[in-house]
Amino acid sequence: MTESQALMSSTAPARSNRVGTDRASVPTRAPRRPDWRKRGEIALLAGPALLIFVGFVIFPVMMAAFYGFFKWNGYGWPTEFVGLDNYALMLQDDTFRAAVGHNFTIVVLSLLMQGPIAILFALLLNQKIRGRSVIRVLIFAPYVIAEVVVGTGWSLMLQDAGALNSLLEKVGLGALQNSWIADPAIAMWSLMIIITWKYIGFAVILMLAGMQSIPEELYEAAAIDGAGFWKSQWSITLPLLGPTIRIWAFLSIIGSLQLFDLVNIIWGQYIAATAGTSTMATYMYQNGHLAGSYGYGNAVAVMLFLISLVVALVYQRFVLRRDTEGALTGDSRKGRRR
Amino acid sequence: MTDTLKTSVAIQAIGPRGRRRSPSGVRWGSPGVYLVALILITVCITPILYIIIGGFRTNSQITTDPSGWPAPWEIGNYTDVLGSSEFWTAMVNSTIAAVGTTLGAVILGVMASYVIARYDFGGKAIMYSFFAAGLMFPITVAITPLYLLIRNLGLVNSLGGIILPQIAFALPTTIIILVPFLRAIPKELEEAASIDGASRLGFFWRMVIPLSLPGVITVGILAFIGSWNGYMLPLFILNDASLFTLPLGVQNFSSQYSVDTARVLAYTSLSMLPALIFFSMFERRIVGGLTGAVKG
Repeated sequence: MTESQALMSSTAPARSNRVGTDRASVPTRAPRRPDWRKRGEIALLAGPALLIFVGFVIFPVMMAAFYGFFKWNGYGWPTEFVGLDNYALMLQDDTFRAAVGHNFTIVVLSLLMQGPIAILFALLLNQKIRGRSVIRVLIFAPYVIAEVVVGTGWSLMLQDAGALNSLLEKVGLGALQNSWIADPAIAMWSLMIIITWKYIGFAVILMLAGMQSIPEELYEAAAIDGAGFWKSQWSITLPLLGPTIRIWAFLSIIGSLQLFDLVNIIWGQYIAATAGTSTMATYMYQNGHLAGSYGYGNAVAVMLFLISLVVALVYQRFVLRRDTEGALTGDSRKGRRR
Repeated sequence: MTDTLKTSVAIQAIGPRGRRRSPSGVRWGSPGVYLVALILITVCITPILYIIIGGFRTNSQITTDPSGWPAPWEIGNYTDVLGSSEFWTAMVNSTIAAVGTTLGAVILGVMASYVIARYDFGGKAIMYSFFAAGLMFPITVAITPLYLLIRNLGLVNSLGGIILPQIAFALPTTIIILVPFLRAIPKELEEAASIDGASRLGFFWRMVIPLSLPGVITVGILAFIGSWNGYMLPLFILNDASLFTLPLGVQNFSSQYSVDTARVLAYTSLSMLPALIFFSMFERRIVGGLTGAVKG
């Protein structure tokens, strides 16, 4: 899906051939038997993984494409073929269109909020300071905690009689009190703050990792040329961090399109749509699973997949391609280009 | 699921690059840096502390002052939760699901990765791409048909019904991380083992598994945390409260005792504790893996 996979799969055969020829040089007892034995071993070793992977990942997704053409309550074999009606219904449904809109809002806001903050914090944490590893662990903690815990904790804090409103009152900012979860004008921002809080640690760690792969010599050279801290961050770190930023952005976009857990936990099945935080996935859960319309639910799943796929392909075509090119033509050119 | 996906891809993206260690002694930097770090940490852990500390208050304390400090500290909520069978049932279910998922994903993943990394046969590149393509199918996309499949298999309301799909969805990341590890084992070792009369399978058990242990531990942790925090799959598959895993337990508990905020906070913080302990134990593998410190 991403460049790293593409690169790895392209190197896979080349390296394996080497192992294969070495294998041939090792004395074997009979020329024919080991061949069959090898096939048997391959089947024995890879078989179970292939079976379970096809059975529980590939097969269901393909069945979704099939079920999506039926009106079906999920019991027995689907018989009421409706063609593309489910899709037409979906596209005409304002609730669904609103959910898609929310998804894309979340995509854009996630990039705009998390990206700059993560880069800024990573820049500062990239200094040689004491307790760096402790800091890393602490900012990574929210990422490790279950979405359910995050959702439950935050919804208690943000409820009308919750800790946040009370705290605002105490520090004399009572005017800022809000109905953080129920008010449609604010709910999306509350969600974005929670998402930022939950995933910023991951972004910071990723950016830090990217920064640590930038050669120290570049900064030394820049310092000799008289560049200050911010100047050298702007001219060295940011450009060289490009590939990391683009990979992070890709993961963030896909994650935002698939968002389900936090919204479903905090806003529940019925409030999400009116509060303006429903997503394609919560729509699918409510109108497919809970409503028992499995034909329709599967059609929504297919639509969700197609939208993600198109976004992923467009992103790969126009953004990630640069990285793949850079990796293929050599990294050294990149440093000199700017 | 998306979490593990992100983490694993990050390891792939970062892993091969070198890590720059700070030379000799670490100096105290400028105070501004510490200030920013302090702000960031405060923001990150305050909500967590709110949950933990809130569990030490009583409901009347919370009602009169939602953002106050416990006065006095009450451990009643925690002892209540720890004394309830509900909590321990969910804990045991979560443990079974996570251990089952981890074992399954690691064992099947190592076996398949071994074939991809060290056997020479026609379809191996295809096999690799096939597993890697699994990352395009997050559980959100597959959940509706997956639920139908699980129901047809009669696995609804059984832990097997969440363990099997979780193994399947953990396999792509597992294989993508493990293949480079297994490939890095020197071929001389394999030759030496072969001369000493070890079969390929013997080599697999005696050499490959021990040598790829760091990678195995990393994928094991990812599978474990993914399963432990998993919400969507249990939500679809498990309806019977006696089979609830901790995330469902938290949700159920918080709607059941919605007026008893203090107890909900206690339950919530107790349920995140294992993940936090587990994380701090293996923190160097997870964060270290992200920053490219994992050798291999």
